[in-house]
Amino acid sequence: MIQHLIDGILIGSVLSLGAAGLTMIMHILRFANFSHAELLSIGAYAALVFDQIFKAVEPFFSEQIGAFSITWALFLAMFFSLVLTGASAVLFDFLVFRRIREKGDELSMVFASFGLALIIRNLIGLSFGLSTQLYSKDIVFATVFSRDPLIAFKLDHLATLSITLVIMLAIHLVLSRTNFGYSLRAVGENPELAQINGIDLKRTIIMVWFLGGGLAAFAGVFYGLTNQITPMIGSDLVLPVFAATIVGGIGSIYGALLGGFIVGVAANVALIILPSGYSPSVPFLIIIVVLLIRPNGLFGESRI
Amino acid sequence: MIGFLSYLVFFTTIASILAIAALGLNLQWGNTGLFNGGVVAFFGAGAYGTLLLGGAPQSDHIGGFDLLYPIALLGGMIVAGLLAWIVGILTIRLRHDYLAISTFGVAVAFENLMRNAQWLAGGAKGLRGFERPLREFLGDGFLYNVSFLIIVLFILLSVYFFLELLVSSPFGRLLRAIREDEYAARSLGKNPTNIRLTAFVVGSIVMGLAGGLYGAFYAFVSPQDILPMLTFQIWAMLIVGGAGNNKGAIFGAFLIWAAWTSSGWLLSRFAPIETQLYTGSIQYVLIGVVIVTMLLWRPQGLFPERLVISQPGER
Repeated sequence: MIQHLIDGILIGSVLSLGAAGLTMIMHILRFANFSHAELLSIGAYAALVFDQIFKAVEPFFSEQIGAFSITWALFLAMFFSLVLTGASAVLFDFLVFRRIREKGDELSMVFASFGLALIIRNLIGLSFGLSTQLYSKDIVFATVFSRDPLIAFKLDHLATLSITLVIMLAIHLVLSRTNFGYSLRAVGENPELAQINGIDLKRTIIMVWFLGGGLAAFAGVFYGLTNQITPMIGSDLVLPVFAATIVGGIGSIYGALLGGFIVGVAANVALIILPSGYSPSVPFLIIIVVLLIRPNGLFGESRI
Repeated sequence: MIGFLSYLVFFTTIASILAIAALGLNLQWGNTGLFNGGVVAFFGAGAYGTLLLGGAPQSDHIGGFDLLYPIALLGGMIVAGLLAWIVGILTIRLRHDYLAISTFGVAVAFENLMRNAQWLAGGAKGLRGFERPLREFLGDGFLYNVSFLIIVLFILLSVYFFLELLVSSPFGRLLRAIREDEYAARSLGKNPTNIRLTAFVVGSIVMGLAGGLYGAFYAFVSPQDILPMLTFQIWAMLIVGGAGNNKGAIFGAFLIWAAWTSSGWLLSRFAPIETQLYTGSIQYVLIGVVIVTMLLWRPQGLFPERLVISQPGER
């Protein structure tokens, strides 16, 4: 039970970061972006490439940081991946979503996001191969913290969880203390009124895509660290990430951060009762439960 | 020659069945503006429902009620409709993202359930024990396939005329009114939620019909038949053909299915052995590219919706 809880929290940090970026897009552009989970995939693969480049360039980078299996190269690669993934999110908007947005059809954006997801996922498969990859080939043993009840997790997980919490604090500060945070909320509430008050809509949208992509990059790397890197990361995570946004309430960033942990824990705890083969269905069950009891999620607004 | 002819019959049968599903999607998206991200779930519900009701009894899972095929098919359509009603009633009154996500989710969960629930429908090895209707009279050969094709074409035409009638009826006018301006429709005393739900359920029943025909044609259905790719293919058919135009949906179905099968054949014939593993990925990229470029370049499709003026005013 406790072990399920811990595993849930660990995957929860991945879902939180993914959902926070997704819900921001859904808040200001008002469409369900089914290609968002592919950004996690891009982030994971970008970090893999940068990691190998840094290791090849400078042997020191291959050193592990303290007791973690994360190397300096990977740590540095995470930030390069953030920039690259954020930039690709902006690029996708420039190439696809912006053009469709200007024609003014929200539903076409959803279709386009599916099409884009298919393209990204399979291009990744074509370039990196369909087999799974890992950041470190060394076997990392879980540290046993207690034998009864059995509690064990890898030190790496502790690191990813702490980084997630730091990122969350940073998101909170940005939202509540900076001009960008205010303009984000203003644009979400009423884009026309926000523009009248001198908020640059285009700039805000670019910032949101970049930020969403950056958060997705971290989520992707963390997923790669705790599981493995495959071209199917996007298709495996798209539904859990959406479930997290619905639990939190579409458009609410705080809701998404909390929702990620709730979905992660609920999905893992559900596996106590359900056979593990059913785990892909669990996010859908969570969505149904939320729609039955609280359709607008924890912090969502009820608008059409 | 007979080989080519029998392939043509086979191809036309599958394309016509998929065209029926595309027509169902057109009612939902083209005419009503509802996003269905899980076409394959309703298609699959129809296929599984039909084969469970019409198949011979099996020892290892439920079903096998040996019903007459038309009744089993009707049952499959009802199963698809019920599934749509459940998803619709929970989501249609909320903002449109919820329907998109939930329909996508129901397709994932449906495929997952069918793959795992051995007791329900045979699990990963699929649903066996269904005998193709009228097999003892028509045999298994060319004659059977031609007869089946004629029936499928007849059903395709019936669905087409039914939907044309529906769309030009006052109900169809109401659908477009809600799609264009929900508040205006509401101010005239219409209930958009109920009308959307009706359109969603009817569209899904049509998809279930397509699934029931598909299952009967192969006399077999397994989780491999209800993968998400089918949803994307049916979308591509509607987007290329033209959302809101039933003729376009049918044309798009034939065009996309021809492109899909021929690209698969070309890749398997001419791609080097070592890249054969990746031909699926290449085809997926192609479908993605078709969807995105059509939306960017010609969002109204090859056959745009003809906007009708119901009662032209006096000049």
